[in-house]
Amino acid sequence: MHELSIAESVVQVASRHAEGRRVTKVYLKVGHLRQVVPSALAFSFELVAHGTPAEGAELEMQQVPATGVCKDCGEESRLAAFPLQCRSCRSHDLEIIEGEELLVESLELEET
Amino acid sequence: MHRTAVKKVVLEGVLDANDALAQANRARFDATGTYVINMMSSPGAGKTALLERTLDRMRGKLRLGVLEGDVQTTLDADRLARFHVPLVQVNTDPGFGGECHLDANMVRSGLAELPLEEIDALVIENVGNLVCPAEFKVGEDARVMVYSVTEGEEKPLKYPLMFRSADLVLVNKVDLLEHLDFDLELFLGNLDAVNPGVERVLTSARTGQGEEEWCSWLERRAGT
Repeated sequence: MHELSIAESVVQVASRHAEGRRVTKVYLKVGHLRQVVPSALAFSFELVAHGTPAEGAELEMQQVPATGVCKDCGEESRLAAFPLQCRSCRSHDLEIIEGEELLVESLELEET
Repeated sequence: MHRTAVKKVVLEGVLDANDALAQANRARFDATGTYVINMMSSPGAGKTALLERTLDRMRGKLRLGVLEGDVQTTLDADRLARFHVPLVQVNTDPGFGGECHLDANMVRSGLAELPLEEIDALVIENVGNLVCPAEFKVGEDARVMVYSVTEGEEKPLKYPLMFRSADLVLVNKVDLLEHLDFDLELFLGNLDAVNPGVERVLTSARTGQGEEEWCSWLERRAGT
């Protein structure tokens, strides 16, 4: 259940950037290669946001598919499942360029 | 009163705060020349048993220290106390019913009680768990994963994050292979599918197999 720790960090980031305003929505990017369970994260977020500027805020998660560049042949592949493999030469030696994100991209803040 | 929403771009990594603390831990380790291992596995894979072997063998060769992470109890720390090495136990249970992993801040809280300048290599024994510890850097130089052959061949594919992040995999309990249906080649193939060519040592904390190879890996890395 590390989603709870992650949710706490999301709330901390959001609260700090809110600068005293209320947060109504948090846009989060979650890479496919992170072991984050969206429903567990949403549940945890609701729980830990209680009593913070992010209380009641909507958590909008955008899943980022994994993409890797083959270190052998240079081909770029979309990686849907393990084993991660180059679609062209089948090599496992890939540089991951997308899919490891865990990023608060933006916030929606209430303006009075 | 009319309220409108404004959008604010943040672009901040969720784990940036943890990573910054991990870097601060790392700076402390570097200042004292302490090499740090983050040791991870599922519960019961044999981390503590391997550590007992390691502490015994390294006596007089490498000054080891241990930071024990557990949700509750000091059982592991008690087991290791007889080796008289600097040892600190960090219990994660002040968290939400017990955190399932160590993070950089928990490790930092344990460091105050360790004489780092007297430690060549610090082993951080993480909470037994194949998922969560992999997400949190604690300031380590290397990640060593202990995997026991009783856990089946397919786990690298099911828990890829931890296997992918390992610098060394100790394949433990190999003394049991003759009693199991475990297909070692299949497991190593799965391991390579997730972390191609990762270093691995076959070990048995029971018989001592692989102990020498693992300890020389540690000595080489700790660089004394």
